[in-house]
Amino acid sequence: MKRWNFTPYHQQIDEGLAILGTPLPEHDTQWPEWEVFVQAKRGGPHVNVGAVHAPDPEMALLLAKENFIRREPCVNLWIVNTEDIHATASEDDALFQYTFDRTYRNTTGFKLDKPTAE
Amino acid sequence: MTDDELLARFEARIDRGEKIEPGDWMPERYRSGLIRMISQHAHSEIIGALPEGAWIPYAPTLKRKMTLIAKVQDEVGHGQMLYRAAETLGITREEMIDQLLTGKATYSNVFNYPAETWADVALIGWLIDGAAIVNQTKLLLGSYGPYARAMERICFEEGFHLKQGYDAICVLMAGTPSQRAMVQDALNRWWWPIMMFQGPRDKDSVHSAELLRWKVKIKTNDELRQEFLTKFVPKILAFGLVIPDPELRFHEETKEWTFTEPDWDEFKRVIRGGGPMNKERLGVRRLAHESGRWVREALDAFVREGRAA
Repeated sequence: MKRWNFTPYHQQIDEGLAILGTPLPEHDTQWPEWEVFVQAKRGGPHVNVGAVHAPDPEMALLLAKENFIRREPCVNLWIVNTEDIHATASEDDALFQYTFDRTYRNTTGFKLDKPTAE
Repeated sequence: MTDDELLARFEARIDRGEKIEPGDWMPERYRSGLIRMISQHAHSEIIGALPEGAWIPYAPTLKRKMTLIAKVQDEVGHGQMLYRAAETLGITREEMIDQLLTGKATYSNVFNYPAETWADVALIGWLIDGAAIVNQTKLLLGSYGPYARAMERICFEEGFHLKQGYDAICVLMAGTPSQRAMVQDALNRWWWPIMMFQGPRDKDSVHSAELLRWKVKIKTNDELRQEFLTKFVPKILAFGLVIPDPELRFHEETKEWTFTEPDWDEFKRVIRGGGPMNKERLGVRRLAHESGRWVREALDAFVREGRAA
């Protein structure tokens, strides 16, 4: 097989093979996670699109831009440390179930269109 | 609730077409099956960037070069998103990267074959990304929320990968006889790895039944292979290319393709590290990891010691 060696990639192969199999350090960097929120246009909501790992907010914003805004429109980015998000248990369906009819809170709860005794 | 009740509730949710979210109760085999699948997918995106990345300096035009850079950047971005999706199941990104670098993890076999010519790069973009899309558009429908959400973004970008690969093949096939021969040569070499891309035959696939019930997988490997052939064989033949399998044919009655089985012993050999490029791919990845270490450490120190210091 043809093996070229005048590009950075091909020059790296032998060097890479030489260190392959040597032990990895005990602890590598495991950075905190940051949730990424994209505002696609002015006046619109910030929508969660995923998360990145970064050592601080500044890097998180940079990586968020590289990772999520390569094509799509964006006017503003938020990042939030994932640990700062407090959520209800996702299986706690009962929490959001109404115990009685709540149509009186909606337009659909009111049908009359002329004077009518209750 | 007992485990049986939890399992019943979990399966009922999946049957209703709802997604499972990270905090939900889930069977251990669902969790481990997903970690295995998503991390393997992530590793495939990262390693898959290497054969194409090596071709960036040789891209024939500036547009093709910018396109290839964008594609490679997308693949690495997909890897990041998928590692993050797997992390929600209780494994760290660091652990997964270690598994890859130490050779414990597996990734798609197809990236352990060499990309020898520009036609290989075009064919990878068209047929391997094409085969990946057949698989990934099913994963969109999977039951695990974070994986399905990542797949939405990934599928959107894979659409561009497929289109640019097809475009590059079109240009080569409209070119000189030697350019067309280069595409035929690429197809001859890549056909069998592509036929193995969707994984072992169903009868040899150990994990499938349960993962299908839980919608971790949506279609079986054999079904995905059939769908790939239906979608791509007519397009390949329309170019006047010859598929290097004289037994390949479509049966109207059964609506199924029959074909020569690829060498499944080779599949096992390559997945255990015995493919033509396994060592080189991992070596280059390991070197990149080591070359970036000082940057990660510098960022750590910068944050730890404060930017004012």
